[in-house]
Amino acid sequence: MMPLYLGVDVGSVSTNVVAIDGKGEVVDARYLRTQGRPIEAIQQGMREIRTATSDGEIGGVGATGSGRTLAAAIVGADIVKNEITAHAVAALYEEPQVRTVLEIGGQDSKLIILQDGVVVDFAMNTVCAAGTGSFLDHQSTRLGVAIEQFGDFALQSTSPVRIAGRCAVFAESDMIHKQQMGYGLPDIVAGLCEALVRNYLNNVGKGKDLQGPVLFQGGVAANAGIHRAFERALELPVTVPEHHGVMGALGAARLVRDEALRGSFSGSAFRGFQIAGHTYRTRSFECDACSNACEIADISHDGEVVARWGGRCDRWQYRERERTAVSD
Amino acid sequence: MKVSYAHMGTSVMAVNALARTLDYEIVPPTPPTESTLTLGVRHSPEFACIPFKIVLGTYIESLERGARLLVSGGGRGPCRAGYYGEMHRRILLDLGYEHEMLFFWPPLRSPLDFYRKLRTFKGAASWPRVYRALRLTWEKLMALDDLEIRSHRVRPLERCPGDTTRAFRRALGLVDAAETVEETKKARSGGLELLDSVPVYTGDPDDLVKIGVIGEIYVQLEPFANFRLEERLGELGAWVQRSIFLTNFARTDILQRGDQGVAKTAAPYLPENVGGHGQSSVGEIIQYAERGFDGVIQLAPFACIPEIVAKSIVPRLSREYNIPVMTLFIDEQTGEGGIQTRLEAFVDLLRARRRGRKDVDDAALSGS
Repeated sequence: MMPLYLGVDVGSVSTNVVAIDGKGEVVDARYLRTQGRPIEAIQQGMREIRTATSDGEIGGVGATGSGRTLAAAIVGADIVKNEITAHAVAALYEEPQVRTVLEIGGQDSKLIILQDGVVVDFAMNTVCAAGTGSFLDHQSTRLGVAIEQFGDFALQSTSPVRIAGRCAVFAESDMIHKQQMGYGLPDIVAGLCEALVRNYLNNVGKGKDLQGPVLFQGGVAANAGIHRAFERALELPVTVPEHHGVMGALGAARLVRDEALRGSFSGSAFRGFQIAGHTYRTRSFECDACSNACEIADISHDGEVVARWGGRCDRWQYRERERTAVSD
Repeated sequence: MKVSYAHMGTSVMAVNALARTLDYEIVPPTPPTESTLTLGVRHSPEFACIPFKIVLGTYIESLERGARLLVSGGGRGPCRAGYYGEMHRRILLDLGYEHEMLFFWPPLRSPLDFYRKLRTFKGAASWPRVYRALRLTWEKLMALDDLEIRSHRVRPLERCPGDTTRAFRRALGLVDAAETVEETKKARSGGLELLDSVPVYTGDPDDLVKIGVIGEIYVQLEPFANFRLEERLGELGAWVQRSIFLTNFARTDILQRGDQGVAKTAAPYLPENVGGHGQSSVGEIIQYAERGFDGVIQLAPFACIPEIVAKSIVPRLSREYNIPVMTLFIDEQTGEGGIQTRLEAFVDLLRARRRGRKDVDDAALSGS
């Protein structure tokens, strides 16, 4: 049996695990909530994906997302890649001609511009969470509309209300204002979708020339209201890939598969599915060796240190990885 | 009177030597830390830029350790940094720190004012002694810059991540300990040897991704302010070159009225000095592009008007000179994770551009 490749994407809101086969086809994909406990989410993901892999050989593991270093330490990864590159790789598999990738996740959003299959520009939102999944989550709870139906709700609208979407706080008060004025809920929800898209295009897409084909990825791509608002604003068809929610993990899996087939590493660093049953001890402390007062995090299993970081010097470094090759 | 000053990267070692040679008792500023920043943020106007806040925090730490004279200098042109000396002075007085602030303007702006302050600063020291002190300072600055430039070349090729940084720190220690011009020269060559003995991968440095760093001086020179950008890029395998080194800055910006070459290059896009390093940033992007660099990173304190002006011209420069430019705005809200992700993605982007579309194609096609 051909080995499978795993991609693990640990984000602020969701932790996704994907298994692909040697041809790059998705065997299984899992979308889980991180809920502030990334290690447990990774373990749960491993437990779930294990069934789908029927204990087949794992040829390599790729880690991505803001928790990629943690994921790599826990699972044992052969490749650790930033989420921008991972998303771009996944998008290129989906649509080799892709020019624009819109990605909206739980707490950040990205825009990737490609040309001839190469990333030529990208942007990430900085300090503002308006328009990201967390904000939509919050609004759906407040309005009592399930997040899964939020988008369809927006589609019922015939004339969206104009909502100030510059800032999540203002957007919320403006929504409440419109609601107290008696506007219909679908029109308000649709207005919110348009406001968030406007905000995204103004902040993240500032000064960039967006051309088709356009892919819309990330958890928020499931929202039909946002999807439609993007198509209207860009005046371009926007495609939502089948595995839109796990594209980062998919990109990481495909990257590691490519590297494995290219022979860049021999024998995966994968620690095995048993890590799902491990008990990890995490602790943190402030180093008092100098005025930097670094906050050191230390993760161990059975008395063995799995990861330790946070220091600016070597004092708490527990092992050194040798670089496998010159990067170019 | 115990003297102190801002901490701006390695240059502090040269300034320490200057003050010591002039018989000052010094309170050497310590490298900024999170607590320095917290102190600075607490007592600064919210919309002051990050250099203002970090420097204020450093002053407070030095005053707490007994400093009574603060020496600083500030910009030409319409950048707020010119007012920072006075602002810092008043804030510190309001906080109850008795001190004196000696704020130098560039000598050509007001030679008499400069001379008066210089006389105050030199105290009882004779002019030949001042000359010797400046000579030593200059020698140290050159040694520090040379070591840093070498570290940028070695780091992307190091076999073991961190080796170059360790060797660089030891090399800095040598320069810091040197007390004469002769000793400094020896420390410089000893330091270079340390860096050259770092085990590296053999390879043509021309094959490395080359990144130019531009932007405001403090965030360029103080590693704490830029999240150790050069170390990070080096460890990602990129060869970094910074636009500002104190030894070239001293020649072009303090003794003359800015780098005329860069200003001329920038002129078709930005004919005016917009303060700070705004015009230089524009000119330097063009220069890096013409020298075959793969990309440029612009470092800017959040709300820095000169750099915002430059940034508004970046898309056009990027297009016309076919060079990717990434701007990082820095303030106390900036997160390390976000910076690291952007740097990794930027290096990936530059590498992919360099290779052409071949690799990604391979990746895309082998999947189907």
